[in-house]
Amino acid sequence: MAVSKDDLMVHIKEEWCKGCGICIAYCPKKVLGFNEHGKVSMLDRDNCIKCGMCEMRCPDFAIFLGGKENV
Amino acid sequence: MNNPLVENYFRMDKLPHIWCPGCGHGIIMSAIARAIEKSGLDKDKVCIVSGIGCSSRAPGYMDFNTLHTTHGRALAFATGVKLANPELEVIVIAGDGDLSAIGGNHLIHAARRNINLTTICFNNNIYGMTGGQYSPTTATGDKGTTAPYGNIDRPFDITQLAAGAGATYAAKATVYHVNQLQKYIEAAIDHKGFSMVEAVSVCPTYYGRKNKKGSAVDMMNWLKDSFVDMKIAEKMPEKAVGKFIMGEYVNKVEPEYTELYDQVIERLKR
Ligand SMILES: Cc1ncc(C[n+]2csc(CCOP(=O)(O)OP(=O)(O)O)c2C)c(N)n1
Ligand code: SF4
Ligand code: SF4
Ligand code: SF4
Ligand SMILES: [Mg+2]
Repeated sequence: MAVSKDDLMVHIKEEWCKGCGICIAYCPKKVLGFNEHGKVSMLDRDNCIKCGMCEMRCPDFAIFLGGKENV
Repeated sequence: MNNPLVENYFRMDKLPHIWCPGCGHGIIMSAIARAIEKSGLDKDKVCIVSGIGCSSRAPGYMDFNTLHTTHGRALAFATGVKLANPELEVIVIAGDGDLSAIGGNHLIHAARRNINLTTICFNNNIYGMTGGQYSPTTATGDKGTTAPYGNIDRPFDITQLAAGAGATYAAKATVYHVNQLQKYIEAAIDHKGFSMVEAVSVCPTYYGRKNKKGSAVDMMNWLKDSFVDMKIAEKMPEKAVGKFIMGEYVNKVEPEYTELYDQVIERLKR
């Protein structure tokens, strides 16, 4: 079941994001920020290292690493 | 696309959950789902039991056999489920109030019996659901609706309470240290005997506001700075001064209750 990081990307489910800022604060590459609605947004996809820490600390399942093909 | 973890282990029609923005309970619920996924358990062989509280709403979202019972009594119901059906992996989700105030007796006796249940305590140091009353884990001096001038009680260390009462696995981690938290939940699920993981949570809405702890991120930063891993504390005691210790407090093998019970039945059949 080993999935290569190349096949993964961060997905955001904006309607579930409550804007707590936890994922933004602890992203090791600081590639996340708020959008104009106070929800999380990916600012710099090229520098995301796909570590998955945003997914692990999001209390609301609003951000996660998932397959690329479904974008 | 949807998160496959959520699609596999949650009731999509019940989400998003009702917890406040930045409530640590969602982080623990997600760690439990990942730990179950890792353990490779059959969903139909898992039963999640809770009492009453913000934390106790978790089983409503989780797509397993679930039982939402009365305040403090989750372990009593879980004991019944486990004895009736020992092959089920029974996981109890309980708040600090649920588990150590009204349900304190159930905790110590389930631990004493060493019955094979996995308990995850969502410890936010307050009664979240009912509006911020202090709980048995509220620090001395902290404020709650029922302690407007500061709490004079001494707090329980729930991990040590469970360990002292006979739990054969007891560990503590926080919602900031989420990798470690998930690892302990996995170990607790694998463990045969009474296991408890104290998941130190954050309640920005009541505990945070009443004690001027700032935002959810500020509270997570506090967890990051206030907890030290047991292994580091042992090697470098100077780093542990004034800190809380997280880690595996107990991990040992002792006779398990449902097996002892079965042995009695076998003996009497002869
Ligand atoms: C028998 C009984 N007593 C009191 C209550 C009121 N009550 C509901 S939840 C709760 C405490 C919740 O605190 P905790 O268990 O720490 O969970 P949290 O909401 O903080 O996650 C209390 C006292 C109740 N529902 N039933
Ligand atoms: S996967 Fe890691 S690097 Fe990428 S956004 Fe999430 S936390 Fe940041
Ligand atoms: S942690 Fe989750 S809810 Fe909080 S800002 Fe990030 S995506 Fe939104
Ligand atoms: S009141 Fe506290 S524990 Fe309850 S959902 Fe809100 S933040 Fe979480
Ligand atoms: Mg509580």
